[in-house]
Parts: sequence; C-alpha cells; structure tokens
Amino acid sequence: MIDARSLVKRFGSVTAVDGVSFSAPDGHITGLLGPNGAGKSTTLRMLYTVLVPDGGEAWIDGASVLAAPLEARRRMGVLPSGAGLYPHLTARENILYFASLHAMARAEARTRAEELIGQLEMREFADRAAKGFSQGQRVKTALARALVHRPRNVLLDEPTNGLDVMAVRTLRGLLRRLRDQGHCILFSSHVMQEVAALCDAVVVIAHGKVAAHGAPDELRAQAGTESLEEAFVRLVGIEDAQSASGTDIGR
Amino acid sequence: MKPRTAIWRVFRKEFRESLRDRRSLITALIVGPVLMPALFAVLLSIGIHHGRTQSARPVHLTVAHAKRAPHLLAFLHQYGVRTVDVETNRTGARRLVERLHRPLIYVSRHFGVRLAAGRPASLRLYANESRRSEQAALERVQRLLEAYGGEIARLRLVARGLNPLLLTPIAVHPIDLSTPQSRSVLVLGGLGYVILLTMMMGGLYLAIDATAGERERGSLEPLLTLPVEREQLVYGKTLAAGAMMLMSLALTVSGFAVMLRHVGLARLGMSVDLGPAGVAAIVLDCLPLIPLGAALMTLVASFTRSYREAQTYVSLIVFIPTMPLMFASILGLRSSLPLMAVPFLSQQFLIMSVLRAEPLPLSYTLVSVGVTLLSATALVWLAGRLYRRERLLG
Repeated sequence: MIDARSLVKRFGSVTAVDGVSFSAPDGHITGLLGPNGAGKSTTLRMLYTVLVPDGGEAWIDGASVLAAPLEARRRMGVLPSGAGLYPHLTARENILYFASLHAMARAEARTRAEELIGQLEMREFADRAAKGFSQGQRVKTALARALVHRPRNVLLDEPTNGLDVMAVRTLRGLLRRLRDQGHCILFSSHVMQEVAALCDAVVVIAHGKVAAHGAPDELRAQAGTESLEEAFVRLVGIEDAQSASGTDIGR
Repeated sequence: MKPRTAIWRVFRKEFRESLRDRRSLITALIVGPVLMPALFAVLLSIGIHHGRTQSARPVHLTVAHAKRAPHLLAFLHQYGVRTVDVETNRTGARRLVERLHRPLIYVSRHFGVRLAAGRPASLRLYANESRRSEQAALERVQRLLEAYGGEIARLRLVARGLNPLLLTPIAVHPIDLSTPQSRSVLVLGGLGYVILLTMMMGGLYLAIDATAGERERGSLEPLLTLPVEREQLVYGKTLAAGAMMLMSLALTVSGFAVMLRHVGLARLGMSVDLGPAGVAAIVLDCLPLIPLGAALMTLVASFTRSYREAQTYVSLIVFIPTMPLMFASILGLRSSLPLMAVPFLSQQFLIMSVLRAEPLPLSYTLVSVGVTLLSATALVWLAGRLYRRERLLG
C-alpha cells in the first residue's frame, strides 16, 4: 500500500511535482501515466526515498518516507529507470549483493535468487559477468535484484523501455502474478497501451499535478470518450498528449 | 542489520569487483610493486656502472713528442696512464683530439732545457671539455700533472737545502662523515615519494569506480533504495579503496626491498638495509595515510559529474599530497616536530629514517600518526555527510 499526500518537489525555480496525491492499494497494479517531463519519475523517486520532498508526505505500508526511510525501503523493491548492474559481477552475484544489503541470510538469499532466475527465464546468463548483457538481460537482472527480498510494494520506473516483445510479456506476466499474490505494484509509463493492458488503476500526471485518477473505464467515462487514448488527450491537454502519443501510439 | 555488517558487505563486494577489474589490478599490483622497483633498479644500475667505469677505467692519453719529457712519461705510467706517442705539429694535435676523443699533451721543444734551468717549462694540454667522456680523463691528467709539478718543486727545495714543507702552508684533510646508509639516501631520495604515490594509485580506480562509476552505470540509484544508511555505503567503499591501497603499499615496499638486495649498492659505497623489519616499519608508518588517501579520493570522485571528470580530478588529488615532498626536497627541509604534523611529508621523513637507519624520536612518530589519523577521520566523516546530499545522484 502506497500513499502519497500533496508531494511537492522543486529544482531551482522549476516545480517538477506540484502537490501530487494518490494511493496505490495492495493487490492492484497502479500506473503513473503522463507525457515526458510530467513529474512521474520525480514522484517515484520521492516515494523510493532517493529524493526528499519539499512538501507533502508519503507512506509505504504506513512507514513514512520522511520519518522512517529505512523502514520504508525495507518494504519496497525498486527498479529505477536505466538501472545499471555491476559489470564484473555475474547476474546472480548482482542479485545476491542486494539480498545481502537487505540483511537476508545467505542460504535464503541463494534459494530466492534461484527462484527468481527461474521465474524471469535468466538461466542461460545467470552466471555470466554482467559486462556484455543485452538490455533485456539487464532489466531482468535489475528486476530480480529489486524483488529478491520479497517486497510487498514494487515500484518500477518505465520498466519496459528498450525491451523486446518477449521480454515485455515475461515482465507483464510477472507483475500480474505479483498482483494476484496481493502485492502493491506501482509503475510509471508514457505508453498508453501498456497502461491499458496492465493497470487496474491509472493516475494521470501532467505538469506535476494529478490530472485524473481511476480505473481505465472510469477515466474513459470521466472524459466521455471511447478509447483511453482520447481520454488521455482530453485529460492532459492536447499539446502534452501529442508529445507522448507521437512517439508511442504507433507501438 | 548492524552498521558494521552493512559496511563489511559493501566492502566485500567492492573489493571483490576490483580484483576482477584488470585495469585496477594492473595499477595496484603490477605498476607499483613490480614496474617501479624495476625502473629504480635500472636507474641505479646505470649509476653504479657509470660511477665504476669513471674511476676504474685507465686513462688514455696521446703525447706528442714524448721523447722531450721522459721523466714525466715515467711518472704518468706509474699512475696507470696509458700513453700513445705521436710526432705531430699543433694543428695535427687538434685533429688527433677530435678523432681519438682523448686528451693530448703537447711537449714543447725546450721543455727539457727550461726544466733543467729552473724556468717554467710549458706543456699544452688539448682536450674537448664539452665531451663528458673526456672530462674524467682530463681531470685525472690535470691532477697528475700538478702532482708532478709539486714533486719537482719539492726536489728543487731539497737540492737548495730548504724544507720542502715550506710549500705546504696549509694541510687540508677532508673527513667524510656520511655513512653508507646516508650516502644511499641521496640516490634513493625518490624512493619514499614513489612509495607514497603508488600507495595512492592502488586505490585510485576503486575509488572512482565505486562512486563516479557507480553513478554513471546507473547502479547508484537502486543501491540508495536499500535499507542501508548512505554513510555506511561510503564507509564500505572507502574501506575497500583502503584495502587496495594497503595491498599496493605492502607489495611495493617489498618489491623495493627485493630490488635493493639485488642491485648491489655496496659497490657504490652505499648500503640500504631493507629487511623484513624495515618493510614492516615503512608499511606501519604509512598505515594512517590509507584512510586519509582513500577518503580523499572517494570524496572527490563522488562529486564529479562523470567518470572522466573523476579520473582527471582524482589523478590531481593523487599528486597534490605529494607536493610538500617536492618542496621539502627542493628546500632541503629536515624533519622537525611541527613538520611531522604535515601528512604525507611526515611519512616521507619516517620512510627516510628507516632507510637511513637513523631513528627519529618517538614523539615525531606519534605526531605523524595522530595528525594523519585525525585528518583521516575528518575526511571520512565529511564523505559520509556529503553522501546524504541529493546532488550525489548527478
């Protein structure tokens, strides 16, 4: 369960996030949808405690990201955008390193890593140095690393970027499975199909503010349109929607 | 998880990764410990060889009209000068010097007559002083000619019933107080500098990789989402850089110990006895510098914008602490209690004292260790503090 209340973040004179509030419940996949530069990543980064909000507050399963960041971090697994690996460690060692910093016992970490390597179809490269990994292999490893401590909440920033169709399917399958197990999944995307295909709830963000919040059907109803794309255009304003759809709607 | 556990786990991973990084390994384990001593060995061998050939090689001399000065020739031969007699004029003499690359004495026609009459008899000494190879020979010939002159002067006084000591109003006896060890330090003055430099180099790549590299690869952000305080991450990284530095330091000093044993400084009238105890002493003296250097490099590398920038700045940082060493050697500074409060410089003094086998007072060592450790603590603390800032993410 993730709760964000009136989050504000400024970089110099620019207000990147301007009072974002929403909540992402357990057993749901919640999508943060918005054009590039809308404040999705900044919102996520405040939630996963890498940035400190200039205003507002957020809780991960009740643990405040401001007052108890370590507690909050324990309860979430994070896949930042462009997450990098340690090139001289194997995929497995990359996963085990994060497990060790989550204070997992060695034997438990090994079992869990093995389990994730199976689930994410990583066997053929699990024991190779990460140096020459493809984008898909990298994302899978980074995802396994984020999930190694069985976090209740999973935050992903543009997780399908650069992945091929098969890898995207694997990822979607995994996220659905996690949702069905009762996890809270929050991910950001500027790709509408993705959000439509996967999400139980959508938070539309534009200009650092929440433009709309609800299930895909509710959003369509709210905007009075047939397709989610039309709804998106109505909700964020035509210019911003173009910047997002121009590149991605054709996918 | 206890802070110590987290620091240890970060340390273990960074260290292991660095051992798999060829560039980092080569810098820490090959360049310092193997190449530097080898370079020194070559330089010292050249020095020893050169010194020996200069003094031991017989002096070759061309003499024009040797028959005009048979006694002089006999005197020169007695002192190991090998002569070749030629009959030539002055122009020919010049040419011979240029062709043979050795000095030439031209005995003038009336040499014997003037000598017998007690008037200055003239000798021309041709040589090309701009040629280094000729200088040593020339100096010896000059000294021998002066000695010959002095000999004749004394004989003349004796013949006139005077005490030849009249010609020696002052007797100068140079007494060389340098010990073989202290003479060696002249040659090995750069050794302490190289040891400190390679120690820093040992941790260089790890410090950059674990900070600027980690950020550039995009692994820093996920790392910061783990339930570990940021300070503990820095401490672990600094510790790992320190471990590489320690390895590099120990191996470099050992490498020099082996090198010194094989080069044979005794032939230069020098001795540097760097046995296992000396190696241990040098490593211990430098130990407080390791956290200082590691924290300094980690700190600087953390706040550069890219890997390349980090390389530039950290390479500078590696050299800056060695500046006092250069000043000290240029100004000829000697160890004193206040100077022992300068990190790097004080360690240089301590290394030199081990090499010279001239122990410094215990208070000197204590000041060096104390001040260095204090600065190290301050820097490690500062690195930890600065890791809390958001700018870290770049």
